[in-house]
Amino acid sequence: MNFELSKEQQMIVGSVAGFVKDESNVERFRDMREDERGWDPEVWRTMGEYGWLGIAFPEQYGGIDGSFLDMALILEQFGRGLVPEPYIASVVLAGSLVLELGSDDQKNGLLAPMLAGEASLALAYAERQSRYRLEDCLTTASVEGDGYRISGEKVWVLNGHAADSILVVARTSGEQLDRDGLTLFVVPSDAEGLERTAVRGMDGQRSAMLSLNGVAAGPEQVLGPVGGALPALEWALDRAAAAACAEAQGALKELLDRTVDYLKNREQFGVKIGSFQALQHRAAEMFAEVELCKGTMILAALSADLEDPAERAAEISAAKVQLTDGGWFVLEHALQLHGGIALTDEQDLGLFFKRVRVLQGLFGDADHHVDRFQALPGFAA
Amino acid sequence: MDMTFSAEDERFRQEVRGWLAEAMPEPLKEKASNGAHYTPDDVREWHRILHSKGWAAPNWPERHGGPGWDVTKRFIFGEEVARAQAPTLSPFGIGMVGPLLIQFGSDEQKQRFLPKILSGEELWCQGYSEPNAGSDLASLQLRADRDGDEYVLNGQKTWTSAAQYADWIFLLARTDSSGKKQEGITFLLADMKNTEGIEVKPFLNIDGTPAFADTYFTDARVPQSNRVGPEGGGWSMAKALLGHERTGIGGVSEAARWIARIKRIARDTPVGTATLADDPAFRRRIARLQIRHRALSMVNYRTLAAAQLGHAPGPESSILKIVGTELGQELTELAMDALGHSAQSWFDAPAGVVPEYQRWISSRFNYLRASTVYGGSNEIQKNIISKHILGLPGA
Ligand SMILES: Cc1cc2nc3c(=O)[nH]c(=O)nc-3n(C[C@H](O)[C@H](O)[C@H](O)COP(=O)(O)OP(=O)(O)OC[C@H]3O[C@@H](n4cnc5c(N)ncnc54)[C@H](O)[C@@H]3O)c2cc1C
Ligand SMILES: Cc1cc2nc3c(=O)[nH]c(=O)nc-3n(C[C@H](O)[C@H](O)[C@H](O)COP(=O)(O)OP(=O)(O)OC[C@H]3O[C@@H](n4cnc5c(N)ncnc54)[C@H](O)[C@@H]3O)c2cc1C
Repeated sequence: MNFELSKEQQMIVGSVAGFVKDESNVERFRDMREDERGWDPEVWRTMGEYGWLGIAFPEQYGGIDGSFLDMALILEQFGRGLVPEPYIASVVLAGSLVLELGSDDQKNGLLAPMLAGEASLALAYAERQSRYRLEDCLTTASVEGDGYRISGEKVWVLNGHAADSILVVARTSGEQLDRDGLTLFVVPSDAEGLERTAVRGMDGQRSAMLSLNGVAAGPEQVLGPVGGALPALEWALDRAAAAACAEAQGALKELLDRTVDYLKNREQFGVKIGSFQALQHRAAEMFAEVELCKGTMILAALSADLEDPAERAAEISAAKVQLTDGGWFVLEHALQLHGGIALTDEQDLGLFFKRVRVLQGLFGDADHHVDRFQALPGFAA
Repeated sequence: MDMTFSAEDERFRQEVRGWLAEAMPEPLKEKASNGAHYTPDDVREWHRILHSKGWAAPNWPERHGGPGWDVTKRFIFGEEVARAQAPTLSPFGIGMVGPLLIQFGSDEQKQRFLPKILSGEELWCQGYSEPNAGSDLASLQLRADRDGDEYVLNGQKTWTSAAQYADWIFLLARTDSSGKKQEGITFLLADMKNTEGIEVKPFLNIDGTPAFADTYFTDARVPQSNRVGPEGGGWSMAKALLGHERTGIGGVSEAARWIARIKRIARDTPVGTATLADDPAFRRRIARLQIRHRALSMVNYRTLAAAQLGHAPGPESSILKIVGTELGQELTELAMDALGHSAQSWFDAPAGVVPEYQRWISSRFNYLRASTVYGGSNEIQKNIISKHILGLPGA
């Protein structure tokens, strides 16, 4: 066992941390929160040039052949500055699927420009009724000629408002909850019959609600096997959950550091409030939870590439639950120990609070992941 | 001991329920059924309506315009108001400065202020906290220097909720810095709209609304006749008022609204071919909080009963504040969990993104983080319990 980061990893962390500190601090996030797109194509291109977008992708498509953990380390640093670029939506969710399922043409056409920071993608899977079940899909793609027509509604499509192309999950056969019959389609954002309503979320980041009204898709727009998209989708969503834990980790660490700092500086009753034992214990417990989150986050990142879905699911669900339960302790007490000042929009605390709360719910909340964990074959043994 | 309601009480409950159903204007009813956010104007309108019925101040004695209800009736009234999801009146007038004036005010002050607090014609805000005087309220620095028959105020208050809507502010000012910090604090009333030198700068809360403000005083003049109690006697009154505040923000009836709201979300949230309300695991989560709410209601009832016997809200009201606010927070957290993906929605989302009654939930979830901080933080409440109830030694 070796818990040390490699030299290369330390270098990546150092340069991303420098970027966040110098070029993408919370002030930039505040600007982007008011921006219609919500993120900056110029910065996205820079990320592409630095190789951060393609870090976990093959060289052949402009990537640099690193690991999922390398990617998680980048996201962790992004979390410290609330970097708003659509990394998880475009690189982790959509990028993973194109890499896994795409034809050479699709990989060259979609992956390469995205990893270079020239374009961005999105994945539309969730529906109003689906909650966190991927197989629950009412959007249909019916055969027409040698192609398809897609109709249905998708909700909370991260980066769906800005993506050049959207991967849409639709049912080509079967009933609402069948595991078979799901197919992925590459839908350009200007496709006829596609309506997008941009929505700014609680965390200031943007999604789109999609309405597909008979959107035409040719056979070349099918991504992967017809009717057999679910295993790859599950894999992509697991990776996104691991990525969410990584980004949240940076935000939690930031909340912890700022809180400890505040306890050392704020005075009431003629003393530093950090001298009150009630608050010292709270800070010690926050510290413990941040470390627990770190451990499960790293395990999740290490298992994100595992072939065995059960092994992967165990680690990723564990990380997501720890982030939601233990991470919640950090969230609520970071605010509580700051007192009134934490409850203003002017202070940054609330921004981190909201972002982590959203990340906790994305790609399966704690109830979902606890359920999944206890249903795994390894649990009963 | 008897926990059943008498026939008379049940008749009263029907009367209140019937009246609420008739008296609430349609737009407010629609907001109630949507759980929507009430604007300051909505609250003003509702205050007027309650006042015309004589029900604006259930906690006031009859001679000052209260309805003369006993504890049970007030409790029932609170339950029915919560059930109807009617607007909650601003706590600063009816709940805080009103009772304080009734207890400590001069006859002139009572005549001048109480009727307009009761009618809602004048809205109030609370000027206690300062940037360096939060939990340690007694260290406040806003100065009030005597000049003839006036006080000249200089300094800053912060976190002043609703200051931008208020006609009057009740505040604590320092009239003497020579002795113990608790001495030399004086309780004053200032006219927000007609006093030169008072400036209000609202700022955004994490809930996304301008819920509170910084309030600056620069040579602002307040007549001595607006002092409540003796000069230097403000601290004991402030403490008495904090007692009122703690009972006021326990949020027991607000919790009942949240429980109803969560159940509604659960019924409306499809999960596969069923709904979230069909999920036993989720039902257990609601049930646990509902049970805790019942336990807390009982404490609330006992606190009110003690008040009925003429005891000031004692240290036990701290329990209400701690458990009530934590329960309120847990309920909003559960509501967020119930929303699933839509928990990331914000109140400014385009129409149709979430059902209207869910529009404000994430904002309220954020706002309620403040409830364990304001009105004496929960840490301070726990200090009070360990010291004054449990008799533990100081550190
Ligand atoms: C099963 C067992 C095995 C043990 N084995 C060993 C051993 O091998 N070698 C050895 O040397 N000792 C051993 N101990 C003793 C152990 O170290 C003491 O019990 C421990 O130091 C606590 O001391 P105490 O029991 O006097 O409790 P106290 O120190 O009186 O503590 C009572 C309570 O007050 C709390 N408290 C005390 N000080 C503070 C503070 N400053 N701030 C906040 N809270 C405080 C404590 O956490 C505890 O809850 C063992 C004890 C047990 C129960
Ligand atoms: C939404 C909102 C509305 C408000 N409205 C008003 C208003 O209308 N009028 C008004 O006057 N004020 C208002 N307040 C201010 C509120 O009363 C103060 O925020 C509160 O008193 C805490 O003070 P502080 O924010 O300075 O925190 P601090 O006192 O600095 O506290 C910081 C942390 O230290 C802890 N702490 C402090 N002392 C101790 C101790 N001795 N032991 C253990 N822990 C301790 C606190 O619990 C807290 O966790 C409002 C606040 C909020 C958030």
